[in-house]
Amino acid sequence: MTKARIYVTYKSTVLDPQGNAIQTALHHLGFADVESVRMGKYLEVELHTDDTSRAQEEVEAMCQQLLANPVIESYRFDLETVQ
Amino acid sequence: MRIGIVQFPGSNCDYDCLHVIRAVLQVQADLIWHEETQVTGYDALVLPGGFSYGDYLRSGSIARFSPVMRAVTEFADDGGLVLGICNGFQILTEAGLLPGALLRNSALEFRCGWVHLRVESVKSPFMATYETGQVVRMPIAHGDGSYVADPAVLNRMRDNGQIILRYCDAEGDVSAAANPNGSIENIAGICNENGNVFALMPHPERCAEPELGSVDGLGVWQAMVLALTSVPLRV
Repeated sequence: MTKARIYVTYKSTVLDPQGNAIQTALHHLGFADVESVRMGKYLEVELHTDDTSRAQEEVEAMCQQLLANPVIESYRFDLETVQ
Repeated sequence: MRIGIVQFPGSNCDYDCLHVIRAVLQVQADLIWHEETQVTGYDALVLPGGFSYGDYLRSGSIARFSPVMRAVTEFADDGGLVLGICNGFQILTEAGLLPGALLRNSALEFRCGWVHLRVESVKSPFMATYETGQVVRMPIAHGDGSYVADPAVLNRMRDNGQIILRYCDAEGDVSAAANPNGSIENIAGICNENGNVFALMPHPERCAEPELGSVDGLGVWQAMVLALTSVPLRV
């Protein structure tokens, strides 16, 4: 099995009102050092293969077709072979 | 003439559209379940509002892969008239049939109420009953209506008359105060390059009868019928 950990985030040019709201809340809590907050999505996908290059290709295609919207989001992922 | 209204799990304005087309326009219409693989026999398609697939992942992102969407895409590519309302707008951008994307409202609130819209362009056949510069009043009801597109894409859309509606005040001024959701350039409705695919966040089906407080949305439906009766659009 291969486990993919996928991170989907807004492109830097896209406004993130949720991230801004969280940032304000963190400031209210006293975390004055907080410079910025960007909110994204985290997905774990398990694949029925130990072939890392195959998994790499498949997860890449998943991100492009569904998991991220290339108009507003970028993505990155890492793969781990698991039992 | 027969209009198809595509029904996804979670659509909730499907029957409102059906009512307007049947009862107000006196035109035949059916609901098309999202598992259908063809849309043969329909002269125009409507993707209604709602919360298809619970807005999971991104609004419209799952519905975009419903079996029927392949047929909707072919229909649109052939020049068929496609109207997207609210969630239908989100689905059409996710499907790549319209440029840009719709994000969470900037105020992080679900916005439900009446807005004023300025008609920026009548490029789309759906706008044939309106005039450029006209101010209309329609209701909105959405959480993810903040339209965004790359500056280059926006320039192209502007040059090509694809920006159809902008949020404005009662006097027609397009201002930040009149923007309910943070959409870039107050954009509320757009069309594709050919004009046959048109979508908007406001709900023209909810303002097509005097009893509902406004008939400003009726023109969109009448224009659809007009386009189908005057010039055959499909090759």
